[in-house]
Order: sequence, then C-alpha cells, then structure tokens
Amino acid sequence: MIDFLNSIVVLLNFIIIPGIAYGSQLALGALGVTFVYAILRFANFAHGEIMSFGAMITILFTWFFQSQNINLGILPTALLALPIGIIATIILCIISDKFVFQYYRYQKSVPVVLAMVSIGVMFVINAIIRIIIGTETIKFSDGQKFIMKAKQFKVMTGLNEGLALKSSQVITILITIVLLTFTFWFLQKTKTGKSMRAFSDNEDLALLSGINPDKVVFTTWIIVGVLACVAGTLYGLDKSYKPIIYLNLVLPIFASAIVGGIGNPFGAVVGGYVIAFSEIMVTYAYKKFLVYLLPSPLEPTGLVQLLSTDYKFAVSFSILVIVLLIRPSGIFKGRVL
Amino acid sequence: MIKFESYEWIAIAIMISLFIFVGFIQGWSVSLVILNMCIISAIMTMGVNISWGYAGVINFGVMGFLAMGGLAAVIVSYPPITESWQVGGRGLGISFILLVILVIAVMYINKIVTKKRNRYLLNTIVIFFGILLIRHFYLTATDNIEDVNPAIAGFLGGLGLPIIFSWIVGGFFAAGVAFIIGKVALGLRSDYLAIVTLGISEIVVSVLKHEEWLSRGVKNVIGLKRPVPYEINLQNADWFINLVTYLNSTKLNNIIDTSDRQQVLNNLIIDGSGIFVKLSYALLFLIVMVIIFYFANKAQLSPWGRMMRAIRDNETAANAMGKDIVKQHLIIFVIGAAIVGVAGAMLVTLDGLFTPSGYRPLRFTFIIWIMVIVGGSGNNLGAIFGGFVIWFSWIEAAPLTTFIINQLTAGLEPTNALKLHLLDSVPYFRYLFMGLILLLILRYRPKGIIPEKIRHS
Amino acid sequence: MISLVGNNLTAGYGGIDIIKEINLEVNEGEIVVIVGPNGAGKSTAMKALLGMLKLTSGFVEYSKKEITTMLPQNRINLGLAFVPQTQNVFTGMTVEENLEMGGFLRKDEITHTINDIFNLFPILKEKRNQNTGELSGGQRQQVAFGRALMTKPKILMLDEPTAGVSPIVMDELFSRIIEVRKTGVGILMVEQNAKQALNIADRGYVLVNGRNSREGSGEELLNNSEVRKSFLGG
Repeated sequence: MIDFLNSIVVLLNFIIIPGIAYGSQLALGALGVTFVYAILRFANFAHGEIMSFGAMITILFTWFFQSQNINLGILPTALLALPIGIIATIILCIISDKFVFQYYRYQKSVPVVLAMVSIGVMFVINAIIRIIIGTETIKFSDGQKFIMKAKQFKVMTGLNEGLALKSSQVITILITIVLLTFTFWFLQKTKTGKSMRAFSDNEDLALLSGINPDKVVFTTWIIVGVLACVAGTLYGLDKSYKPIIYLNLVLPIFASAIVGGIGNPFGAVVGGYVIAFSEIMVTYAYKKFLVYLLPSPLEPTGLVQLLSTDYKFAVSFSILVIVLLIRPSGIFKGRVL
Repeated sequence: MIKFESYEWIAIAIMISLFIFVGFIQGWSVSLVILNMCIISAIMTMGVNISWGYAGVINFGVMGFLAMGGLAAVIVSYPPITESWQVGGRGLGISFILLVILVIAVMYINKIVTKKRNRYLLNTIVIFFGILLIRHFYLTATDNIEDVNPAIAGFLGGLGLPIIFSWIVGGFFAAGVAFIIGKVALGLRSDYLAIVTLGISEIVVSVLKHEEWLSRGVKNVIGLKRPVPYEINLQNADWFINLVTYLNSTKLNNIIDTSDRQQVLNNLIIDGSGIFVKLSYALLFLIVMVIIFYFANKAQLSPWGRMMRAIRDNETAANAMGKDIVKQHLIIFVIGAAIVGVAGAMLVTLDGLFTPSGYRPLRFTFIIWIMVIVGGSGNNLGAIFGGFVIWFSWIEAAPLTTFIINQLTAGLEPTNALKLHLLDSVPYFRYLFMGLILLLILRYRPKGIIPEKIRHS
Repeated sequence: MISLVGNNLTAGYGGIDIIKEINLEVNEGEIVVIVGPNGAGKSTAMKALLGMLKLTSGFVEYSKKEITTMLPQNRINLGLAFVPQTQNVFTGMTVEENLEMGGFLRKDEITHTINDIFNLFPILKEKRNQNTGELSGGQRQQVAFGRALMTKPKILMLDEPTAGVSPIVMDELFSRIIEVRKTGVGILMVEQNAKQALNIADRGYVLVNGRNSREGSGEELLNNSEVRKSFLGG
C-alpha cells in the first residue's frame, strides 16, 4: 500500500503537476494563435515573439518595482508588473495590426502572404527584444519559491517520495483557470464575443448582419495581447526567461492549436494539455515508478524510457503529423470560434 | 538560350559592384568571404524558389535539408573509423534489418487486414514491440560506438572520399528526407505545410544533434578535408611564390633593400594565399551556381515548367485537366530540397566543420525565405539576387549600425549608458533590418525586386 | 411607400458585365420574383441592388433616395435584408444566437422580434439551443430567413431560398414567405423553381442574357406561352 502511494506521488511530482503547468502555458499560447487564425485567418509566426515581448515588459517593471522596494510579499513581484506588461503587449498587437496586417486584410491577401508578413513582424519584434534586454537568461521570480518542499511533504506524510509544489506552478494553474473561464464566458455570453464567433464562422454573413470587422479585429488583438503576455510571463516565471526560447516555443504552440483543431478555442486548450503531457510522458523514465509497483524479481533494469529527453521537442511534432494524417481538422473540428 | 532584360543586367552589375566596393573599402579577403556565402545563399534560394516560385509549394524545412547536406559532407569525406565499425557495426546492421522487417510487416498487415480497428490495433502492437526489440540492439551498438575514443572520435566516421562528392550526395540525402516529408505532408493546405515542414526540419536537426554515433552530435565534427589547397602549402609552393612575385613585380622592384623586399614579399604571399584559397572556393561555387541556374531556367521554360505554373495558378483547372497534382508537387518539392541539400554540403565544405547545434530556423530557414521574397519568387536571377543582397545586408548590417549609432549619439559622452547599450546591441540590429526589408518588399513590391517574367504560351 | 429601385444597372466581375441596363423595382408588401435561365444574371442583379458588387453604370434608389455608393452594411441599417443562397447561417452557433446576430445592429430590445420569428417558424423555437450545423436543410433555410428578419427589414431579398430542399419543404417555405409579406415586408427573390414562385408572386421579371426580357404580374408570366416554352417546361 505504501509502495502504491509512493508510486502515485512519483507520478504526481514528475508528470502530472509539471504537465498541468506546462500544458497551461501551451494552452494560453495556443489560444492566442487560434484566435488570430479564426478571425484574421492566418498562421501568426510572430506569436512567440509577442509572448516574449510581454514577458520582457513585465520583467522590466518587475525590476523597477524591486528597485523601489515594492513587492507582494510571498507572491512574485512579477504579478504586480503583469498588468503593465499586458497593456504594452496589447499596444504592440494593435500597432502591428495598424501598420502591417491591416493593409493585407483590406487587400484580401491569401493566408500564406499574411504568414510571410508575420515572419517580418517576428523579426522586428525579435530585434526590439534583443536590443532592449539582450539574450541572457533572466530569472525574475521572487517571493516564496515553494508552496511545499519535497522534504516537508516527506515529513508530513512519512512517505519515501517527496512532492514539491512550486508557487510558479500554482500561480500558472490559477491564472489559467481564471483567464480561460473569462475567455469562454466572453465568447459565449457577451454580444461582442458572439459577434467574434459569428465573424469566424461566416465572414460574409457577419458583414451582412452589420458586424463591424474592424471592431472584431480590434477586440481580437486585445484578447491575443492578454493571452500572449500572460502565457509568456508564466512560462518565464516557471522556467526562466530566455529571449531565444520563444521562437522554439512557437512550434509546440502551433502543434497544440492544430491538434486541437485550429480556430477552435476549446480545442486549443485541450491540444495544449495533450502536447504537454505527451512530451513529458514519452520522455519520462518510468523506472522509479515501476520499482514501487512491481514485485522485486520483475523490477526493470533499464530506465524504461520510450524516447530520450533529447527528443522532447520532436514528440509534439510527431503527434501533430499523426493527427494531420488521421484527422486533418484536429481533435475538435477546427475553424469555428 | 537565356536572355536577360536590361533591368536584369543592372541587377547583375549591382551584385558585382557590391563586392568591388567592399574589396576597396574593407579588403579583398572580406569581400571574398562575403561573396562565397552569397553564392551558397543564392543556391539555397534557388532551391526554395523552384518549389515555391514555380509551383507554389511552400518549404519551411530549409534548415533540415541544409543539415542533411552537411551530414553528407561528413559521411563522404571523414576517414572511416574502423574500431567503431568493429564494436557497433553488427548491432547497427541487425537493427537496420529489423527495421526493414518491421516496415514490411506493417505494410503486410495493412494489405491483408481489412478491418480498420483490427488494423490499427495490430499495427500498434507490432510497432511497439518491434521498436523495443530494435532499441535493444541499437542502443548497445550506439553506446559502444560512442565509447570509442570519445574525445576525438565516438562516431562511425565516413568514407574518406574527396569532400566534393558530398555536394551530390548531399542533394540525394536531402531529396530522400524531402520525399518522406512530401509523402506525409503534401496535400495539406499551404500554411499547415509551412508549419509541418518547419517542425520536421527541427526533428531532423535534433536527430543530428543527439545521435552521436552518426554525426558526433553537439561535439561537432572538425577538420574536414578541403577541395582546395591549404594556405600553408601554397606559401611553400614555388609556383605560387613565383606567381605572387610576378604579379607584384613593379612594387617589389621599387624596394632596394633585399631584406625589406623579402619581408614585403612574405606578407604578400601570406595575404595572397588566403585570397587564392577563397578565390578557388568562389570559382567552384560559381560553377555549381551557374549549372543549377542554367538547368533551373531551362526547366522553367520547358513544358514541364509551364505545367507547374498552370498548377500553381489554378489548381482546380489543372486537376480537371487530369494532372496528378500531389505527384507533381512531390517531384518539385524533392528537387527543390535536393538543391538546398547541395548548398548545405557546400556550406560545410567551406567551413570545414559540421556543427549540428548551429542550425537554427531564424538563420537557416527564415532568412532564406526573405531572400526568396525579396529577390522575386519565380525568377531564378531574382533568387540569386535576393541571396546576394540579403546575405550582403546581413553581414554589412553591423558596421552600418555602428556607424549610424555613432552618428546619432555623437553629441553624447562616450560613457553615456544609452550609447554604450546601443553599441552593445549592434549585432541584433540585423534582425531589425531583415524584418523591415521583408515588410517593405511585401508591401510595396510584393512580387520581389526582379519579378517573375510572365510568359504567354 | 417604401420601395427599392434599380435603374439601368450594369455590373459584373473582373471587367466583364454580366447584367446590362437592368431595371428592377420592389415595393413594400409585394412579392417580386426574378426568373430566367441559368447564367442570366439573376443573382448578380440582386447583389448589385445590395451593393455587394460595384456598378459600371446605373443607380439604386431606396424610397426615392439614391444609395448607389452606400456600403451593404449601411443598407442593412436602412431596412434592407438579404439571405444568400448558400452559407446563409452561422453553422457553429445555436439557432437563437443566429437570430441574435441578425439583430446585431439593433439598439433596442430584440426578444420580441425573436419571439415573433419563433411564432412564424415554430420548429426553431423547439431547436433554439441546437447548433445550426446540426439542422436539416429546410430548417437551416428557416434560420437564415429568421436571421434576415431580425433587423425588421422593409425589403427582404432572397437568393434561391428553395435551392436543394424537397418539394414539401419548398411549399412550406413559400407559405412562410407569404406570411412575411402579410406583415408589410416587400420581398424580392430569385428562384429556379419558377412555376411555383410565380404562383405566389405579385410581379415577376424575366431576365435573359443579363437583360430585362419581360415583366408582368405572376399570372401573366405564367400564362405567357413564350415564357412557358423557354423555361417553365411547356
């Protein structure tokens, strides 16, 4: 019985909790990508950089608050700076739309052209970030680091295995719940949210119903700005902030959005968790877990690992390819907001 | 025959004068270094242009195909490491045979089991246990190989052939990978295809990074043999010394003191050997570029090229005419990737080393795409022009930025924090330039600087 | 009296004029049908009236006011409504949400109007919380119809409302159209099922090769031997 509990704790500690936290970050990112895809109808390669930009502004203001000795006690100061980061990210999104994307929308350019344009935007934002903050790795989480340390858990329960709970993980999960609830409430219950769904569903008919496309697009960028900044900041808070990592993050984010059914917000969220859990589960060495469960003669000698952790990243893509082959529209039918 | 329009001649003249300009300002050595990379970039760009410009097939996997070309350079030219083959060859052989058996088994299952659910179930079971079995042999073999003298070897090595062969082999390697990707992903909508190719290229690079027995992974392969002479050999070769003396005879004759003259001559020989090596590379690369350019143009003008354009401009109509679009797309995707693979092998040849961790999408996929868009998709000369101009700006962005920052902040103290920060950030301004160039071209000249010539046929 | 009039409309796509100097008129409270052979420019004529394509020449009047250059959205605000032939519902949204979107521009309370529409199409009330994508063709057509009525239009334009539905559903839809007319709405529709449409029409236009060929009351056109021969099937 104790062995069984220990094995469960191992799973919780190494798979479930990190999976939920990482999955939440991917889900928020994928939700942003899916919004742009559903309303503006293109794959936004700049999304990772938008996330990075939001995180950067949050970090700059975190430093400022820290220098002024303003803090939130046990909570990270970044939470205080986050709203400023969000506003800055929204402004960035709206500026890039006004000066860049809008033109192609009015021209009714094909999606591929807009994707190319987003690559240009990606380069520009990327440069701005590097010029402002450089390329160094930045740790900016302060306050109390752990809600529960592995040791505390062991003492508390008397089990062999510890369960660590980082505050960044708990914050990630709580903020994600709040943000997702708000987003879905907005889409389902408000008139503006419904008009966005209508626009995504059938643009011509939305125009015939008098829905103003510019207003829909504007609202979309606001939501995308919020989601991107929060996702970027939470990712940086949980791991650490590295400007170059966000370009690599774009791929699992796209994978999440497409696996869930691109353009479908619910799918994006589910896709985020699917990708996060498969990355972790396929590359986790189950030896420790099995040692607790199996009688000693059956204990595995190897690591019992399907793929080495080097291929974490490849997992998300393999899943994407499999899904595209078996069910091209994603788990949930895509392109309906 | 290929005929250039007058504006195309102007483009060629611009490209040549750029290098002469840099030659006079920053020295011929710098100019040739840039030129060599420009030529390689131009070949990559032509590769992308063939699939995108001719047929509208998007290829965001440039990085992966370049890396495959690079791997070819290693496998062709590195001397074989017999010890590695002895300890791991058999295990690898067995796992390869098992893999083939597995693939055949899966194909057989797909053929005889008709019920979809049974088929999926059976496939999953066979693949799962098959992989476990293969991994057993494979991991022992690769571990053994990686233990062979890890500081300098730890991988299988290559065939020990002249590296120049790898340019062809690299094309085939890239084509092979492209064939698999194409089989899987072509037929998807273009933005999906972009994401999928981008992702698969990341997978290719991560395999090269982590399969040390094959490519030495992040430990890099260095010291690949060159196809051109080494500077040190040139400096001791009589004919080269005589050549340098002859070329500089007037200058040397003006120096009366013998030891001074010897000193000047030695310097000239050292400089000259560097330039000679770079010129030799440039010549080899130019030959490849011209050959590819010639055939690319010929293909574009052929009935096949016309059919590709027809497919690109109106897929539905081409489909109705009975063209097998997916097959044609696959062909052109593979050809384009092969050319990129050639460029990848050339790139490693020029560097003399293979660094898998150096393959990053920003530098090796997106910049190439900027070259294609800026140059003019669908026009081969445009592709070359894009490759030249963008690589040139990529390199010259730093000196230019330093100059601009110094001008703008001339009024500030040398210790001013903003000025120092900006000067520290000089390397990052190139990304800004690239982004702005791309956005400006897409906005004001969406067909590129040298657009596709519309042929009425 | 409210009316929508197109005078000498010439328009088309990509520089090729599909309709040439066409005159159309529809007044409140009447059903006007445009019939004609395939490719005669019936739908194009309707889209020209709505401003969905640019006119080469001619002008459009709504209640004696010229609206030729007005955007379609603004014409909707004025009292026009349009039901496209295909993709005329938001398939990812429920029936009720579709109706709400139809009344997007309304500033006042729309529940009354929704109830009116539910009374007109009782089946929609039953399925109010169901996704429109899950409904049958005829039911979807009713949703499309209802969505257009949400703005309380004075003139309603229907592009082949009965395309692809069974004859029973067609009869049902036509009887609804008559009911809508009773509320004072003017209806302009393009129809393939010319015979049935002319049966309920007050007036009709026959278009051939993008030009006005004939016009008259529904009955007149039905009884005209030439019209019968060319496309009413004898």
